[in-house]
Amino acid sequence: MLESEFMRLAFATGAVVGLLAPAVGFFLVQRNMSLVGDGVGHTAFAGVAAGYLLGVEPVLTALVAAVAGAVGIEWLRSRHRAAGDQALALLFYTGLAAGVVLASSAGALDVDLFSFLFGSILTVTRGDLILVTVLGVAGLLLIGLLYRALAAVVIDEEGARVAGVPVAALNVLVAGLAGVTIGLSMQIVGILLIAALMVLPVIAAGRVAWSMGSSVLLAMGIGLLSVFAGLTVAYYADLPPGGAIVLLAAAAFVVTSALEAVRARA
Amino acid sequence: MPVALELDEVGFSYRPGQPVLTDVDLTVAEGEFVAVAGPNGGGKTTLVRLALGLARPSSGSVRLFGEPAHRFSCRETLGYVAQRAQVGTEGPVTVREVVSSGRLAQGGLFGPLRRRDRAIVDEAIADVGLGDLADARLGDLSGGQQQRAFIAKAFAGEPSLLVLDEPTAGVDAESQEALARLLGRLHADRGVTTLYVSHEFGAVEGIVERLVLVRGGIVFDGPPHALPSAWHDPSHAHARE
Repeated sequence: MLESEFMRLAFATGAVVGLLAPAVGFFLVQRNMSLVGDGVGHTAFAGVAAGYLLGVEPVLTALVAAVAGAVGIEWLRSRHRAAGDQALALLFYTGLAAGVVLASSAGALDVDLFSFLFGSILTVTRGDLILVTVLGVAGLLLIGLLYRALAAVVIDEEGARVAGVPVAALNVLVAGLAGVTIGLSMQIVGILLIAALMVLPVIAAGRVAWSMGSSVLLAMGIGLLSVFAGLTVAYYADLPPGGAIVLLAAAAFVVTSALEAVRARA
Repeated sequence: MPVALELDEVGFSYRPGQPVLTDVDLTVAEGEFVAVAGPNGGGKTTLVRLALGLARPSSGSVRLFGEPAHRFSCRETLGYVAQRAQVGTEGPVTVREVVSSGRLAQGGLFGPLRRRDRAIVDEAIADVGLGDLADARLGDLSGGQQQRAFIAKAFAGEPSLLVLDEPTAGVDAESQEALARLLGRLHADRGVTTLYVSHEFGAVEGIVERLVLVRGGIVFDGPPHALPSAWHDPSHAHARE
């Protein structure tokens, strides 16, 4: 399998995505914003379509659209311009509609677009790998450096704000990282399923983790394993990798839930 | 005695013509332990937000240690314990992680905590009696223990002013009184200016030096024993004995 260059590229890109998506997703899940990735994913879809229309590399336009969408949701949420999940709904439907209209205008409602929606092993190029590695590693380093600050906001946002912690800037940073993650992950997992890779490993890890730190690390481990196993299954069974990866992440939740039940009885 | 908090003719309304607070004059000296009580909707939480500079008054002025509260330059010296329902995460988080997060403003945003910061965190955990549970998951603890963890978090920041907003909401009367005794001891040991805001003030009646009742404005300000008997909290009658 690894004799093929496209699989080596997919595994290398997938390794970064498998670690980054749960690491960013952790800070969304803990703030009850698990579905933000879905809304941002649909904005990324509009970005891909805009790339086709403008003749620009779709990955780049999707990155820009995803980051703008994620920061937009955070702005609407923090300024109370849209209550509850309304900000998410606004972005979700606008992104989807814009994507369909732009893709149709570009004459790109075809198989190429499907590879972005559900992921495709064949679409990853060396240029993509460099982009994913540079931005992904930078994202992981940023999370590592600011982990205590991000965790403090998760634990007690108002208390952190009172103590002068720059909560608004940290929340925008998480939103921006979510946008970057989605933009980088869409070729491997697909726009429609990337949010699942940000959320499912976190939920699975939470069943057996003993602390917040262990929860983040376990989630990253589950994300990485899901991507590697999913790509392998996709290669041999000729399946879209996004579906295989997400189903394996869901299976990890079943396994950790069983472990939790066993531990509770012991 | 130096003044920690000063509200001067403060009024506040969320909508024009519907004042939440009017003509509030309140001065809290450094080192005082003051309970702020009153009915739900009486303006207590608004008073807290104004005092911490999270909201600006519609009229009058609010000063923290001599500076306008909304522009207070030493926010890292403010400790805040919110209602239990408004803090925390459903995910796994240990007592030590919660308390460590209270050291963020002092220890800096980047990288791990320094040795001195870790020692302060350990001391704060021990002070609230959770030394044996430092690595326990918060979700596995009782409501009273969880609230003690958040009090330790506030103390880990070595605050000059500690504000507790409804700290005993959802906690039984026995745990409320244990919490009040703990706060009384920590106040005596550390001398931190403390504002205890709650509609259930019976637990702290025997500990605080001063009680302020808020109902759209200040309707009582004095020692708890001077409070008219009908206003005492009957669920904690023994706290006044």
